[in-house]
Amino acid sequence: MAKRVLMKGNEVIAEAAVRAGCRHYFGYPITPQTEVMHYMAKRMVEVGGTFVQAESEVAAINMVYGAAAAGARALTSSSSPGISLKQEGISYIAGAELPAVVVNIVRAGPGLGGIQTSQGDYFQATKGGGHGDYRNIVVAPASIQELYEITVESFNLADKYRMLVMIFGDGTLGQMMEPVKFKDTETIIQADKSWATTGRGGRAEHNIVTSIYIDPDTLEKKNYELQDKYALVAKNETRFETINVQDAEIVFTAFGTCSRICRNVIRQAAELGIRVGMVRPITLWPFPSEEIARVASLDHVKAFLDIELNAGQMVEDVRLAVNGKKPVYFHGRMGGNMPTQKEILDQLVAIHKGEVR
Amino acid sequence: MANVTFRQDRCKGCGLCVSVCPKKILQNDMTRLNSKGYHPICCTDQASCIGCAFCATQCPDSVITVEK
Amino acid sequence: MAIVFEPTKGLTDKPFHYCPGCTHGIIHRIIAEVMCEMGILEDTIGVSPVGCTYNNYEYFACDMVQAAHGRAPAVATGIKRVHPDKMVFAYQGDGDLASIGAAEILHAAARGEKISVFFVNNAVYGMTGGQMAPTTLLGQVTTTSPFGRDAAMQGYPMNVSELLSQLPGAVYIERVAVNNFKNIQTAKRAVAKSFRAQQKGLGFTMVEFLSTCPTNWGKEPVESLRWLETAMMPQYPLGIYKGKDLEV
Repeated sequence: MAKRVLMKGNEVIAEAAVRAGCRHYFGYPITPQTEVMHYMAKRMVEVGGTFVQAESEVAAINMVYGAAAAGARALTSSSSPGISLKQEGISYIAGAELPAVVVNIVRAGPGLGGIQTSQGDYFQATKGGGHGDYRNIVVAPASIQELYEITVESFNLADKYRMLVMIFGDGTLGQMMEPVKFKDTETIIQADKSWATTGRGGRAEHNIVTSIYIDPDTLEKKNYELQDKYALVAKNETRFETINVQDAEIVFTAFGTCSRICRNVIRQAAELGIRVGMVRPITLWPFPSEEIARVASLDHVKAFLDIELNAGQMVEDVRLAVNGKKPVYFHGRMGGNMPTQKEILDQLVAIHKGEVR
Repeated sequence: MANVTFRQDRCKGCGLCVSVCPKKILQNDMTRLNSKGYHPICCTDQASCIGCAFCATQCPDSVITVEK
Repeated sequence: MAIVFEPTKGLTDKPFHYCPGCTHGIIHRIIAEVMCEMGILEDTIGVSPVGCTYNNYEYFACDMVQAAHGRAPAVATGIKRVHPDKMVFAYQGDGDLASIGAAEILHAAARGEKISVFFVNNAVYGMTGGQMAPTTLLGQVTTTSPFGRDAAMQGYPMNVSELLSQLPGAVYIERVAVNNFKNIQTAKRAVAKSFRAQQKGLGFTMVEFLSTCPTNWGKEPVESLRWLETAMMPQYPLGIYKGKDLEV
């Protein structure tokens, strides 16, 4: 039955994962994502799956590595400092080309920081965080319904491309409750897993999962194969939402819960006679550079205003995509604070009047 | 009656087998080198071999096959 | 004439890259022999560590997963939870298991993960050039204890088998050595016992092997076997530390 329930973001992630066929969860408590783990502690038992509270986030990501190598859909979740701990494991997962889903419910940093919402891990998520030339698919939902749908899809994407998919939820998303409508059954892609280490079982060759290639030529070739894969993902899986740019003078770029505030400001600005649109990246990697470049080329677009919960991270990618065609302004809040509609509107009005540097 | 044969190109001349042979009939052939550059193992007196397989058991490189 | 001893099918054809006289080769072989003799080669997944044997996935003929340094018990946990009916082993050196991997081995044992851990203790870090290990002996010269390990500066060696035997989740722990024929047979029996305990789903098992490192000990291979006997064995006595009466 297609249920419509009021649910907390963290719990929706867990439920969506189970519906996507994930039967192995490994985690460690950290605020503000611990409810994912609490939910899984019960739900995994109900579905006969695995639940392990690991000794650390490091151990948890390595358990995911093992489970993924063995051919299963596996999940771990954490928040910023815990995601820092996982970086070695994430790099190994990328190098070994394993499918995996990792959730980051982002809190304010750096260091121990604070426990309230942030988007300060954008660099970490999209530019590496771990060592080496690799990419993860990074998805940034902006509502609980989108969180559910994207979580299910993340497992399919991970299997399809043999990649790690990171669900980037600002802290607010993990904690807030909204109605979500679950499907009766999910579409689960059955990917080829003949490479998995399941026990040789009469196979002519044994399967090996590894990320080390000591010979430079071999490792370089492997890296080019990865780059080719990433190019394919960028071509096929870039997701974004563009609102109201057909006659917009100023265009927001924002993701996650920030984009919701911007959506409201667009309406307020319209009442003041200022035409505002937005490009909302849904995949942070692959980044919708082409779409932003396209919008930057529109004659009526005069400027971009990037709104983030950090000191200015995605704005660098926006500037790269805009490539000097139009000015890109930035407004951010940190520490767990969120911008008010008023402060964003004030910035917008100032830009519109030409009063901003 | 027993016999040892060797995959001599795998031998690294470590001498472990020589040290454990109770009949003292194993020796590295100092007159030649194998493809790895080591003096490979050989048996100096097959007739005295008792097939105990101490040598093969101590060999880290699976060089030795023992028949009896 | 019949074959008394031949190379095992549990190993691939690839010649080992290890130093002459390094006893990793013996340990690999006995694990491979046991897998064949127990008929579990097709149903086993092994985990390779970081260290000299990082690439033992090229030598063992079963399915293999290479793990980050120290994380083999966590990787093995992931594999075993997905395939509880398959046999899973982790092969680790003393740095991998007792230094960077200390949390992972402790908790895998505490959780009673049904895996077999093969811990190779040669009292030094081989791959990276002879540094001090958690199991380096007092007075032992290494590249990071160049004046000999001094308790005041560098602490004491770690007896892992004794430590882990405290945990209820660990059901069988034995320390063995591969310095002579008799001990190699005992070591092989220990490997088989560990796999049998896993087949019965009894809990965490570990075999600690005293092993040599001629290159970083600065000794000839045969001389290294003697040092194992005279210096390592007093610090690391052989024997069963848990599960003496285990019925497997």
